Amino acid sequence: MSETATIGLDTTPRVSKRFRLQWEEAQQAWVLLYPEGMVRLNQSAGEILRRCDGARSVDEVVADLEQAFATTGLEADVLAFLELARKQQWIDL
Amino acid sequence: MNAPEAVKPQTPPQPGPPLWLLAELTYRCPLHCVFCYNPVDFAHTPDELATEDWLRVLREARAAGSVQCGFSGGEPLLREDLEVLVAEAHKLGFYTNLLTSGVGFSDARARALKDAGLDHIQLSFQDSTRELNDFLSHTRTFELKQKVAATIKDKGWPMVMNCVIHRLNIDYIDRIIDMAVELGAEYLELANSQYYSWAMLNRDQLLPSRAQIERAERITHERRQRYGDRIRIFFVVPDYHETRPKKCMNGWGNVFLTVTPDGTALPCHTARMLPGLAFPNVRDMDVRRIWYESEGFNRYRGDGWMKEPCRSCPEKEKDLGGCRCQAFMLAGDPAAADPVCDKSPSHHKVVEAVERAERGEPAVVERPLVFRGPEESRRRKAGLLPPGG
Repeated sequence: MSETATIGLDTTPRVSKRFRLQWEEAQQAWVLLYPEGMVRLNQSAGEILRRCDGARSVDEVVADLEQAFATTGLEADVLAFLELARKQQWIDL
Repeated sequence: MNAPEAVKPQTPPQPGPPLWLLAELTYRCPLHCVFCYNPVDFAHTPDELATEDWLRVLREARAAGSVQCGFSGGEPLLREDLEVLVAEAHKLGFYTNLLTSGVGFSDARARALKDAGLDHIQLSFQDSTRELNDFLSHTRTFELKQKVAATIKDKGWPMVMNCVIHRLNIDYIDRIIDMAVELGAEYLELANSQYYSWAMLNRDQLLPSRAQIERAERITHERRQRYGDRIRIFFVVPDYHETRPKKCMNGWGNVFLTVTPDGTALPCHTARMLPGLAFPNVRDMDVRRIWYESEGFNRYRGDGWMKEPCRSCPEKEKDLGGCRCQAFMLAGDPAAADPVCDKSPSHHKVVEAVERAERGEPAVVERPLVFRGPEESRRRKAGLLPPGG
């Protein structure tokens, strides 16, 4: 993972091997699990990360989200979140 | 009598799920650590839960919302059914953690645990120098741990290294950190000893001086800068040197559920020492009822149980009055303020212990350390020992 690479629309992020993403019924939330810890994600963070499979590009993730939630203009929000996710080492590029 | 209080509902707030399940599979252990938090009377523990009991506990806890599962002890590798339990926990969707000294971690067991779906291993080290490590753990295990660490990395597990820090090893903290990096640990917990159980017996010998702690923190900070993303280092500050208590277990019955080897369910590792509280057993009650309905888990939830100075304290939500066990051990009352707090009438007991550590009194050196072991445990009957006695 490069520290300096910028996240672009053709980047194909994946959830880092350091974490396991899963849906928790009891919490009604997506969570990231790691050794002895857990990050509880809000709905939008969960919906973005569950689409980061290393195959889909950011462009495709955005399109998929916009279709799933019948909306447009999510690109900037998704890119901003992915920057945060990278800082937290939740994703690899 | 106070009218407004009399009408105030005493029902504790409804907590979230028991996110953290700690399965203490056995108190048996090949090590004899002087800071162990297992009860001093552990040798009196009746029969360990059977495999079927643990499988049921795992299923019940998962259904109640537990998601992190730690297999601990004692030494959990001494349970031959460990792989069966890990496999079930993995199948249920737990993130599975093994907390081990590494003794008994053969290549065959490493393979079996990998196949069972174990997610992570926390390996404990007592020190980075073999001599001191062997002195502190009373066995010659250091080289073995290096081998275990290599196996953990080889199998692709993330590794947390845990090292309990105290007066006798804190001055080697630079070497401990360097060794963790060398062994490929992703996380290092430098956990200053907390004074319960065996550590309480040895408190005067283990409590570091303020200068030792400051030096250790400075070095830890330097090493964080040096190693950057290669390792995340957690330095758990010793609460005796503070003036406000820790928010123990992040709140009583808030996220954490321990099941001891005999099936007793506890809101923290050491809560069984508290008088006048009946803790339920998983043989008699299912996990959801234990968590939400049992008296043991409800007693110190929220802040309705607090006395002064906690009750009217503007910081009470921040630390929830600190640790109930420490309040009991040092102030003689589990509902008192944790004496670490300088508002506690018993704060002087903490101050005196720290002052003794500052002076490094001869008594500190001359009294022998008490090594954890079944014979020593049988010799010491529960509840008869004064703190540090």
